[in-house]
Amino acid sequence: MQNTPSFVRTDMLPAQDPPLTEKGAVKWMRENLFSGVLNTTLTIIGAIIIWWLFSAAWPWLRASVWTADNLTECRSIIQQTWGEGATGACWAVIRERWTQFLYGFYPNQLYWRPNLAFVLLFVALAPVLFTQIPRKALWFSAAYPALAYWLLWGGSLWFPVVALFGFVAGWVAFRVLSPVNAILAAAAAAVVPVLFWLLLWGPLTDTLAAILPLSLDMVRSDRFGGFLLSVIIGVTAISMSLPLGIVLALGRQSDLFLVKSLSVVFIEFIRGVPLITLLFTASLLLNYFLPPGTNFDIILRVVIMVTLFASAYIAEVIRGGLAALPKGQYEAADALGLNYWQAQRLIVLPQALKISIPGIVSSFIGLFKDTTLVVFVGLLDPLKGITDAVRASTDWKGIYWEPYIFVGTLFFIFCFGMSRYSMYLEQKLKTDHR
Amino acid sequence: MASIADVPKESFRLSMLIYDTRYRSLTIQVVVFFLVMAGAAWLVDNTYRNLQLLGKDFNFSFLWNRAGYDIPQVLIEYTNDSTHGRAMFIGLLNTLLVAFLGCAAATVLGIVIGVLRLSKNWLVGRLMTVYVEIFRNVPLLLWILLIYTVFIEATPGPNAYRPGADGTPGMEMQLLGTIAVTNRYTAVPDLLFWRSLGDIDLLLFKVSLDLLAIIAALVASFYANRMLLAQATRVQEATGDRPVTWWKSILIWTVPVIAVLSALGFHVEYPRLQGFNFVGGINVSNSLMALWLALTLYTAAFIAEIVRAGIMAISRGQTEAAFALGLRPGRTMNLVILPQALRVIIPPLISQYLNLTKNSSLAIAVGYLDLRGTLGGITLNQTGRELECVLLMMLIYLALSLAISGVMNIYNASVKLKER
Repeated sequence: MQNTPSFVRTDMLPAQDPPLTEKGAVKWMRENLFSGVLNTTLTIIGAIIIWWLFSAAWPWLRASVWTADNLTECRSIIQQTWGEGATGACWAVIRERWTQFLYGFYPNQLYWRPNLAFVLLFVALAPVLFTQIPRKALWFSAAYPALAYWLLWGGSLWFPVVALFGFVAGWVAFRVLSPVNAILAAAAAAVVPVLFWLLLWGPLTDTLAAILPLSLDMVRSDRFGGFLLSVIIGVTAISMSLPLGIVLALGRQSDLFLVKSLSVVFIEFIRGVPLITLLFTASLLLNYFLPPGTNFDIILRVVIMVTLFASAYIAEVIRGGLAALPKGQYEAADALGLNYWQAQRLIVLPQALKISIPGIVSSFIGLFKDTTLVVFVGLLDPLKGITDAVRASTDWKGIYWEPYIFVGTLFFIFCFGMSRYSMYLEQKLKTDHR
Repeated sequence: MASIADVPKESFRLSMLIYDTRYRSLTIQVVVFFLVMAGAAWLVDNTYRNLQLLGKDFNFSFLWNRAGYDIPQVLIEYTNDSTHGRAMFIGLLNTLLVAFLGCAAATVLGIVIGVLRLSKNWLVGRLMTVYVEIFRNVPLLLWILLIYTVFIEATPGPNAYRPGADGTPGMEMQLLGTIAVTNRYTAVPDLLFWRSLGDIDLLLFKVSLDLLAIIAALVASFYANRMLLAQATRVQEATGDRPVTWWKSILIWTVPVIAVLSALGFHVEYPRLQGFNFVGGINVSNSLMALWLALTLYTAAFIAEIVRAGIMAISRGQTEAAFALGLRPGRTMNLVILPQALRVIIPPLISQYLNLTKNSSLAIAVGYLDLRGTLGGITLNQTGRELECVLLMMLIYLALSLAISGVMNIYNASVKLKER
């Protein structure tokens, strides 16, 4: 009896390649594009849409013209190159007018000032946005608003610097009085800067200017326009609306009835009306609400209104964050014996703000897009103000795709960048392990 | 023996207003109250003095004066002899019209895009992502202006639809010959009745009796259908078998409406070229078309994200559990996924509707006369009453927003999952 089988394979067979349909691009396509009737139909429809967009845009983009003096010349160049009846993009308008889209009617020879202010903006933002940078750099961030104001509007350096001194005076008063009495110190921190500005701003500026005259050419506000204006309004309103929004959100969550109801009324009022009506208030009604004879800069008025508008939305976002925080966090803070502000600063807000980052950033994106609405109170925003100015000139009458695409692309880059940064921040601050 | 003395009753000291938590909140509120009142008094006083300086007063009687301007797109009767108040009302109706059309279209488009973005199809998913990112990250004003400019500059005049004198055929009308896009307006079919019942005059505006009849038929169908379903449920509870109702439901929904429509002589009138213009249909101004399209496309991108987030928020286990219970995919969606997803979707959806309504005030960019264009635009400029006009406009928008959010909150409360 023979126990051993007649044949035993002693070595393993080499692994065979998977079937053609189960590997590589074919497999991927079968899984992702053609996995069923519905999926295949969708793929075909998608492909048709892409082809349709491509066939509409490509001949137009292919026939782009970058150098021409006016639209007629542009079109004749396209006709010569690509034959009768051809249409093409005339980017020459951007090449010729890009300074207007970026700076509005800011004087040509002074472009270095907004440029410098823009570069320094990133220097000032860097320590705020990225924690790896030494904390000392925050001093520059604190001084940046005065510097940027001076660079953009010109005039005497001492004007914005003395304004900064007001904050310094308030801070000094707070430090001096805080060992004596906390409430008194807080009151002094609010009152001293106001008194300082009312009484000393003018005289001190004049005195310092007489000692050390540092001044740049003045640029009037009506010369500002284009993305310069959008960025000024956007950045100022963003940086001011966040603290204001936090205060409003805390006010709305407060136990004090009066504070709570005031916050609710303010937030609901602002959120209930369109931004345009608020801008109208800034341009038409503020003259009624302020003492007779007061007249201040339209850009400043718009910034104030946009800030109030954005802060109401941010307050709601942060309120969501506060509400999402487990109640145990508040109770733990109380159990540790922290007072209200310590609890908010050390325990509640860091967590609530982290939860609300996506919402805050999308509010910021909305705010930046909304800066285009200033055109309705007579400022030259890049979208309608400048584009209309360009389209009204005899050279470029009848052009529309190119300027809108240009402005739209720039807005897209700004806003998309912001949303990507918020994703980075979310990832970085994520402390749970999931 | 010394008795334990009572703790001496602490007399009230002024510093307790600040240091004693019993009184501190009161102190703070009193201070806030006085600050707010002082601020309000300051504003009112300034306004009063400014008005006196300008020799103006504060009254709304201008609303009853003759407006004297035309509004191209009106829903109800209006001539330039009507009052400013009526012009304001027309503007409000126009705002509501574009807001309603926009919300409806944006919801449909947004849901489609949001669902497609979640589909397993790589190509369509990417395409929808690109759509959402492009529309979300570019200002709405750009879309309004761009679409409007394309309508004005890139579409043919009404004449292009006319056959040439030498027999060359004119342009074909779009959508199977039902609408005609021209550089001045878009001609769309009108819905008419041969045997119309006429209108009833409600002082402020007229209401079409035909419309009321159709609504009455629909309401009747709704209640009949509800009774039918309740009956079916009763039978099911008694016997365990649910009677077949779907064809009865269809009959209940369709027969009365069709009966009313045919009794009224319902027909569609298509626009046709006569002279230099299209007649027969409704000529919708390009400003309304551009505003509506732009608001729809822009808001749809946001709604798509909301829908996607809502569906993704429902954990996979819910679907699996439903399948394990033996529910079919359709019922899983209806009974398990949607009720939970709606709870996440509805609140942000409400705020998108509000945003759309408020954004419709951008109509001014294309000259569509909504509330902002009539009351806050021409009326304001003609009468010079900035204070009254802007305050009234804000009040109306505020009331509109509160009304929409109120209605939607009621709906939200009804779809919300009942917890504890």
